[in-house]
Order: sequence, then C-alpha cells, then structure tokens
Amino acid sequence: MTSEAAIERARSQGRPALIAYLPAGFPDVQTTIDAAVAVAENGADVIEIGIPYSDPVMDGAVIQAATVQSLAQGFRVAQVFDIVRAITERCDAAVLVMTYWNPVMRMGVDEFSRRLAEAGGAGLITPDLVPDEASEWFAASDKHGLERIFLVAPSSTPERMDTTVKASSGFVYCVSIMGVTGARTSVSSAARAVVDAAHAAGAPRACVGLGVSKAEHVREIGEYADGVIVGTALVAALRDGGVDAVGALAAELSGRSASPARS
Amino acid sequence: MSQTPEEPDATTGHPADAFLAGQHSLRHAPGPYFGDFGGRWMPESLIAALDELNDTFEKAKADPEFIDEVNELNRNYSGRPSLLTEARRFSEHAAGVRVFLKREDLNHTGSHKINNVLGQALLAKRMGKTRIIAETGAGQHGVASATAAALMGLECVVYMGAEDTRRQALNVARMRLLGAEVVPVTVGSQTLKDAINEALRDWVANVDNTHYLLGTAAGAHPFPAMVRYFHEVIGEEAREQILAQTGQLPDAVCACIGGGSNAIGIFHGFLDDPSVAIYGFEAGGDGVDTDRHAATITLGRPGVLHGARSYLMQDEDGQTIESHSISAGLDYPGVGPEHSYLHDIGRVTYEPVTDTEAMDAFSLLCRTEGIIPAIESAHALAGALRVGRQLAAADGDPQEKIIIVNLSGRGDKDVGTAAEWFDLIDTDAGEAK
Repeated sequence: MTSEAAIERARSQGRPALIAYLPAGFPDVQTTIDAAVAVAENGADVIEIGIPYSDPVMDGAVIQAATVQSLAQGFRVAQVFDIVRAITERCDAAVLVMTYWNPVMRMGVDEFSRRLAEAGGAGLITPDLVPDEASEWFAASDKHGLERIFLVAPSSTPERMDTTVKASSGFVYCVSIMGVTGARTSVSSAARAVVDAAHAAGAPRACVGLGVSKAEHVREIGEYADGVIVGTALVAALRDGGVDAVGALAAELSGRSASPARS
Repeated sequence: MSQTPEEPDATTGHPADAFLAGQHSLRHAPGPYFGDFGGRWMPESLIAALDELNDTFEKAKADPEFIDEVNELNRNYSGRPSLLTEARRFSEHAAGVRVFLKREDLNHTGSHKINNVLGQALLAKRMGKTRIIAETGAGQHGVASATAAALMGLECVVYMGAEDTRRQALNVARMRLLGAEVVPVTVGSQTLKDAINEALRDWVANVDNTHYLLGTAAGAHPFPAMVRYFHEVIGEEAREQILAQTGQLPDAVCACIGGGSNAIGIFHGFLDDPSVAIYGFEAGGDGVDTDRHAATITLGRPGVLHGARSYLMQDEDGQTIESHSISAGLDYPGVGPEHSYLHDIGRVTYEPVTDTEAMDAFSLLCRTEGIIPAIESAHALAGALRVGRQLAAADGDPQEKIIIVNLSGRGDKDVGTAAEWFDLIDTDAGEAK
C-alpha cells in the first residue's frame, strides 16, 4: 500500500488521512510493531516509523528522549526493515520510514531502498534532505518504486515550493511552524498558507505536521489539508500508557471508537 | 600512525594535478561543493535563511564599505596584523629547522576566533537580525561571539555542552560578564556536537530575528566558504611576513584541525605555492588505535553531519561516534568539507597528534619561548616538531628550512587542565593524592 493510495482512500471516505509517527525500537522493537498496528486499527491510514539517529536536529525533547533510549538499548538501523515488514503483514496501513539522511547514506542509498521496498515499505520522509542534494535518492526511489516525501515550510519561497512539490511523490509534508517536533496547544496559522501554496504548486496531496496533538487540531486542519501528521503526542501516550493508550489516542484523533489492542 | 600523501598522478585528472601544472588555483573556492564534499544537507525550514545569508555575504564581499569595516575592526579592535615570531629556542627541538609562530594568540579574546565573529556579526546587522546564537566547545568561540555581540549591541545566546560548562567554568563566567546567556546542553554527549544540534533547533524556531554565528569552517553552505573568507587574513599576513623576515616561502605550514577554521585560514595563503608542504594535525586523543580520539580525516569516512558532506566519525549504522580529546576545541567528530577535499586531492597532509604529544609540545613552548599556547595549538606545535625532523633528515641545511605554525590561541583557559596533567598544584604534605 502506498501513502498515495491510503490518503486517496481516506479522501473517498470524506475525511483527511491520519498519519502516525512512532520511533523504531521505542520502548522496544516488538512494542513499536504492536503500537503501530494498534494505531492503524484505530484509524491511522499511514504509519511513519522513525529511525533513531544520534543527531536529530529537527526533533524536540519527547522524540529525542525516545530515540536516545532506543539507541541506548542497541537499536540497529537494519531492524527498521523487520519492523516495516511486520506491520505491513498485520494491517493495511501504508508504512513509511522517516529518517535523517546519514544512516541511509552509510548503508548505501540503493541498498537501503532495495531492502525497504522488499520489506513492503512505501517510501521515505527525509527531514534533512532537500531535493537539491537528492540525486541518488531520485534514482533509487524510481528504481525500487518508493515514494519521496520531502518537506516544505512556511519559509519556503515560491520557487522552492515548486521544485519540492515536483520532486515529491506520495504527499508533500507541510511543516506547520518554524520549529522542531513537539506538541503545541494550537495549530499555527502558517499551516494553512503552506498547504495552500503546496496545492497551488500542483501538489495533489498536502499533509500537515509539527505541533499537531489533539482531535480538534485534526478537524481544523482537515478543513484544508489532505492529511494530518501526529508524532509527539502519540510517543508520549506510548511512553506513559503503552499500546492501549496509543491506540486510544489514535481513535480519538481519527474520531472513531477505540478497538482493543491485540498482539 | 601517519598517512602517506597521495602521489599526484597526471592520469587521474585530480584538481591538484592541474594546480601543480599551474593551471588551476585552489584559493577562493566558492562552495557549495568542494569536490564531493560540502553542500546543504539541511532541513527545508532553514534553506531560506541560508540563501539570505549567502546573498548578504556575496554582496558584502563586493562592497568596499564592508571591506573597510572589517579591516578597521581587525586593526583597531582585534589588534591585527598579528605578529609572526621566530621561536629560536623551540626550533632546537625541531632538529634545528627554523620555526615561526603566527601569533593569533595575541588577538583580542585570545584566539583566531575573533576574525570570524566580527565578520559574521557585521553580516547579521546587515540582515537586520537583532540576536545571534552560537555553539562553543572550549568556550573560545562563545567568548568571541559574546564579545562581538556586546560590541555591536546584539543579543547573544551561547549553547555549550553541560560537560564543557563544567570543564570551562571560567569561560562561562566570561561570556556572562559580556552579557551573553549561556545555555548548558544536557542532551546527547553534552559536548560540542550536541551544542550545535541545540543551536540549530533554536535557529529553526527563531530564524526571523536570529543569525546562527557558526564558529568553524563546517556546516552548510555558505558557512565553510564564508568562515574561511574571514580567516584568510591569517594566511595572507603570514605569507607577507615570512617573505619580509626571511626572503623566502616556508617549506611547511602547520595547523591544528577540529572543524578546521584556523587551519583553512592559514592554509589559504599557501595553497597555490607548490613548494609549501601543508599539514593539518587532528586530535589523536589517547591514540588512533584506541576508541578515544577525534581523528576525523585519519579514520572517518564520508557522511553528512550539521549540513555538510565531509569526513565523519560514524559507526556502521551512520550514527555519529563521540570524539575524545584533551582539547575541547578539537573535540568534534566532523571536519570542514574543504579539508576533506584538500585531503582527497593530496594537497594537504592530515595526521593525528595524541594528547601526550600535544601536552609535551605545550610544555616545551612554555619553557623555551615564554608563550603558553592553547592546547589546540599545541597539537600543531607537536606536529611541527615531527615535520622539522623530517625536513632535517632530507637534503640541505636544516637552518635554511622554515616551518610556520599557526598559534591559533593562547593557553590561559587551559591552565587548569595543564596543572592537572603536569601535577602542578601543591597539595598538603601527607595528604593522599
């Protein structure tokens, strides 16, 4: 399942897609898988598995703490393929990997892409890779049939918006505010402008992330965007209440009644 | 463990070959790429700020008023030109080869760092920014940034690993005296790389009014080329001074390398002089056969960190490995991309110097010349002793051979570390150590 198909399926049901981020190996590999399945069964259309990285400059305190713990417990990058495979076998959500670029470069962009595609992954979200530096990734993603999700921001110029939208497939990740990941009480008014600019540049699917934590945010953003990305709030729920809590939050965010976790 | 410089091979098409044939200059490399290195591996949110900085820098370089401002500050505030001092008694330990010290330690704030911060603070003002943020390891760049901010009326926040704030408590106080806010960074390894991460997070959130005053010739374009530009004065002065004092170019130029800003500054003056051998000395820590060092070029492999593709200390998964050095200023697992390029084309030789070698050279300079160097710079001194022995072993009279060492900073900040290393603090008689 591609993220494109998952988002279009949500659209056909008259709702924005819910995209859920969880860090790989937090609190352990099996729980990452169980949590992702619980989130998918409670309404998430796309699952985003983050690879823990030593220098996560776009992440705030909650996600940093989770990924630091995962690394301290010995998480290895190749385990992300096992996680992706296990999730895709157990639910019908699209599964993307979110990763800073150096771990991909270290494994080899083509090798990483081949293994991700083999595991059933839909593509990559790349927070510190802009299209200007992505020639290897263009080649590998085309070859292995993976989606390229680049980010656009309130600071993106019209020229860069245009370039980035053209370079993207799946959807365009609209950063709602100038800042790092983390829950915020309200959604920045900049979010709508970024989504409008992405649509105007021709993006068929524009989804909003950063600072989205509540059902009311999801409803508000759903008025103008094609999908809503939630990370920190889910990670905090998983940290504090385990798989049941993260499933319940996903149900709340998607406006469904919670279905119990099964493993 | 030393590396053999690549023999230039006319068939490979290396830029160094063209350079050696006189066809190609290695000076003023504009970026964003230096061969396979450099670039802008940064979040999209920051690209607009990098573009704005690049435009402002390019316009400023072409503006005589800006050049005058920089020159005036260098002369009447920093105290440039810095001296070139012949180290006669120290030279006896370099097999008699003449050693000259480029005295960046005599600049205001005590190191080369002031060259870059004044230039960037001027650019910040041109961009209408009212706040600068900076990272610091040993505190040298933080102190220099706090100084420039005070001079130009800018708000200043310095990110410093919590581990380093303990090691360098006096420099923390110094920055606070100058009006800066010092933020101890408690995530990750709590050292320089994590301070940079935290500064980048601040920058993303506050880019409207904030300039990130990066302290080394690393990071995303335009930082490597821009930081080098503000330090080129070191090499230009040194080249003129050595010609005036001796009538000849040096046989070798030596500098220490962390991120590599002092080194690229002095190297730049000599890159196009094929007769000048150029050496960069990395922090070898406990030794490059241990896992406690910061020998990025010697043992690292290319990767991306903090916005540039360059040599990087990383594990098999691409996770950054924590570096170790007695010198906080060299304790960084990355290196500026232009150095990676100069290494790959064989123009500059990069070698590690251990903590012990550096501290021996530190002590030697104190006792032979009456100059207490920064421990960073002591790595260059130790390397110069090694290069001196090599030069002396070759044909010709050692006393007709010349090495310039970039003495990038003074050692006042390192007295505590040195006192501990050399066991110089008196303890009460009978008290167990």
